[in-house]
Amino acid sequence: MANITLKAVRKSFGSFEVIKGIDLEIRKGEFMVFVGPSGCGKSTLLRLISGLEEITSGDLMFDDARVNNVIPSERGIAMVFQSYVLYPHMKVYDNLAFGMKLGKRDKSEIDTRVRKAAEMLQIDHLLDRLPRQLSGGQRQRVAIGRAIVRDPRVFLFDEPLSNLDAALRVATRLEIAKPHHDMNDVTMIYVTHDQVEAMTLADRICVLRDGVVEQVGTPAELYEKPNSVFVAGFIGSPKMNFLTGTFADAVGCTTLGIRAEHIDIVDQADATWTGTVVHAEDLGSDHFLFVDIGADEPVVVRRSGKLDTGMLGQVVSLRPQAENLHRFGPDDKPLG
Amino acid sequence: MTHSSANSGSPTKGKSLNLQQKRVRSAYMFLTPMIIMLLVVAAWPLFRSISFSFTDASADTIFNGQSEWVGFENYLERRVRSNGDIRWRGVLADKDWWVAVWNTVRFSLISVSLETFFGLLVALVLNMEFKGRGLVRAAILIPWAIPTVVSARMWGWMLNDQFGIINHILLMLHLIDSPIAWTARPDTAMIAVLIVDVWKTTPFMALLILAGLQMIPRDMYEAAKIDGINPFKVFFRVTLPLLKPAILVAVIFRALDALRIFDLIYLLTPQSGSTMTMSVLSYREIQQFGDYGEGSAMSTLLFLIITTFVLLYIKLGKLNLGGEARQ
Repeated sequence: MANITLKAVRKSFGSFEVIKGIDLEIRKGEFMVFVGPSGCGKSTLLRLISGLEEITSGDLMFDDARVNNVIPSERGIAMVFQSYVLYPHMKVYDNLAFGMKLGKRDKSEIDTRVRKAAEMLQIDHLLDRLPRQLSGGQRQRVAIGRAIVRDPRVFLFDEPLSNLDAALRVATRLEIAKPHHDMNDVTMIYVTHDQVEAMTLADRICVLRDGVVEQVGTPAELYEKPNSVFVAGFIGSPKMNFLTGTFADAVGCTTLGIRAEHIDIVDQADATWTGTVVHAEDLGSDHFLFVDIGADEPVVVRRSGKLDTGMLGQVVSLRPQAENLHRFGPDDKPLG
Repeated sequence: MTHSSANSGSPTKGKSLNLQQKRVRSAYMFLTPMIIMLLVVAAWPLFRSISFSFTDASADTIFNGQSEWVGFENYLERRVRSNGDIRWRGVLADKDWWVAVWNTVRFSLISVSLETFFGLLVALVLNMEFKGRGLVRAAILIPWAIPTVVSARMWGWMLNDQFGIINHILLMLHLIDSPIAWTARPDTAMIAVLIVDVWKTTPFMALLILAGLQMIPRDMYEAAKIDGINPFKVFFRVTLPLLKPAILVAVIFRALDALRIFDLIYLLTPQSGSTMTMSVLSYREIQQFGDYGEGSAMSTLLFLIITTFVLLYIKLGKLNLGGEARQ
């Protein structure tokens, strides 16, 4: 329900600058993911938007109103924390109602909203339990419920899945995507260091590095047209192959990037590179070959179907798809 | 050690112990020195003290073993005089004893309550982030670090009716007309003791509560901030309930100390009937009157009172001293 605009936002802790001037527009009803390696300032940026940290300089606008000096509870936000933050001595119901109860709202209204949120997240059978009687996934759903109950303009998520194991993470990812579909006028900002989470959840992704924005775009844009070596390497799994030296010189660039699925195994006559298969990983539906072509690191090639174990140790001929080459110049930016 | 049932009655015979048995055995090996230590310095003296309370041991007979077994006479004894009067003797019939019990309970209740209150305040302040916090934390411990003998003498001097600075200040502020002999007057002696004890042990309380405060994740407060809950409600609805286990433990530590208080009272208000506690009375009985029998009976009663109190407290407070995970 709110457009969020950041204009030249900076944040320093003492003399240490964490956020180094960020301009960003988050559109109404959009699911925006901040992603980046640890220490890039993504959590700090979220805390600046929430009001838990004060902005050192720059403007933060919610729907064209400057909110730099508005206290968190009056910004119309709800936040889901990494550590769930459920009050251990309160039942699930009271945890959901706590924020509203003290806001002196009508009792029946509180009840309706708690039950509606509980139903939406399928935790209505857990309302009488204490947090310690819940599993990790259930706790995180209660935490999301607490945010939903507040009926916010903006949802903020601070790495909400990093305390869950891999299977639960996928399941809870769905839970988070759902309120976004159900309440499609609510703006959501989500912080994660996991690029898979970012790719699967986001309408748009903002890649941060060292306190500055590297690139903003849809998952597909970032994947197909990364505008720096950093973004190209950060987005996508397995990581994009990077080749330098003579390999890059051959196509007239400093760093040559090519994704694993864009390298074909061809007849010797058509080969651009040849090398030995030094390692292989079989995922069942597809498999990865690690081919040593004489570069610093083996090149990863993705092929569909099951792995033929006879491939290991074989010499193969490779050809990168010409239309899918990413050519980067000496400044790590894409060429032409 | 909770899984021993699964491994007990193991069919393997002879020397080969299974892993669990080996673990239990080495645990006992590590525990043995401590157990022996405790037997020597705690269990044995306690046993001796309790057994003395059933004898007529005195300073003359205690070391040569000539004391006689007298049963419960030190506790309560019914004597019929030649003229037919019935007289009760023993600790439980001693008016001084009951005064001491009342003094002890009164002192413990008031001092521990005040220390908990002030300790909580201090802990909340120390939990804030400000410049020089480490220094303040260390400084606040000073009263706790000063030996009781020193602080009792120091306060005794400050409370002195002729030269004491406290009387001087109160006079200057016209709060009193004439100097008060704080430690000597029956109506102010207990107040003096309480002031010194609260001054001395609030830091200890504050530190224990501070440790509890630091266990509460910062996220809890931030979530409340985003919900817009006012700080007082956050304190009473979130901080205090989460702090309860830490406070309960801190209170029991202090209460145990307070119930057996001796040094401060003995040094600050010697011979004052209005501050005489159970420990002081027991000491007087043994050291001054040489009545080891009755003195030991008092110690034993004090031990029973403290034990009962602790057991009740643990049960009623649902205190978890076992340290099992609460999750």
